[in-house]
Amino acid sequence: MTKPHPSPRASRSQIRNIRVDQLRNYRLPLPGVVSILHRISGLLLFLFLPLLLWLFDLSLSSESSFDRLVQLCQGWLSRLVLLGLGWALLHHLCAGVRFLLLDLHLGVDRIAALRSSVAVLAVSVSLTFVFALFVFGVL
Amino acid sequence: MAIGSRRVFVGAHYGLRDWLVQRVTALVLIAFVLLVAGGLALARRLDYEAWAGIFAPVPMKLVTVLAVIALCYHAWIGVRDIWMDYIKPAGLRLALHVGTIVWLLYCLVWCIQILWSV
Repeated sequence: MTKPHPSPRASRSQIRNIRVDQLRNYRLPLPGVVSILHRISGLLLFLFLPLLLWLFDLSLSSESSFDRLVQLCQGWLSRLVLLGLGWALLHHLCAGVRFLLLDLHLGVDRIAALRSSVAVLAVSVSLTFVFALFVFGVL
Repeated sequence: MAIGSRRVFVGAHYGLRDWLVQRVTALVLIAFVLLVAGGLALARRLDYEAWAGIFAPVPMKLVTVLAVIALCYHAWIGVRDIWMDYIKPAGLRLALHVGTIVWLLYCLVWCIQILWSV
């Protein structure tokens, strides 16, 4: 009689997507943070496209509408919205460049991927800070 | 076609094309952002004259339209992926897909109208 084999199917661990209520206990690695922020920032830019186009329209229509735009951007709420959209664009851009490099098989190993995700966060936050200086009239 | 005892299922192959289009449009958009940033750097000031001056020449209008077409295609693939990942009811997903396409096309036409008003 042959020794009974454990079925390979039974011994293999089941990999499943986690549920929403398991998110709090799940430690997402930094490249994962960059990835989900890439998705969130992209969706934000899509949802705010009408606002961005309206601002683009104001900026180009005439000198007086340009002045109206400048006036509009003085308020605290509009400054916060501008800052949020500025971050979304800068993060989406930086993370996107990282993904393009990964597609070229550059920096695919674990350490390099971790380093580049730190770099993306550092560069996008720094650029957002410079943009914030501009939005709040320091620059 | 069969390999071993398993049937090989093949898809419509639009996945690879969309994957590639998303990356090509990304490169177009990066180039466009650098172009506008370069224009602002050359102008060295940010008033109406300088800003409108960037978009006044017809070649720049055409390049901008190209960039907005790239933006719409890029956004379509990305947003469609988000709907496909999180929205399960077929009717709602279809409605969101249709809404996204119509909305992006509207934005494209709107942007062309804005550009030619300068």
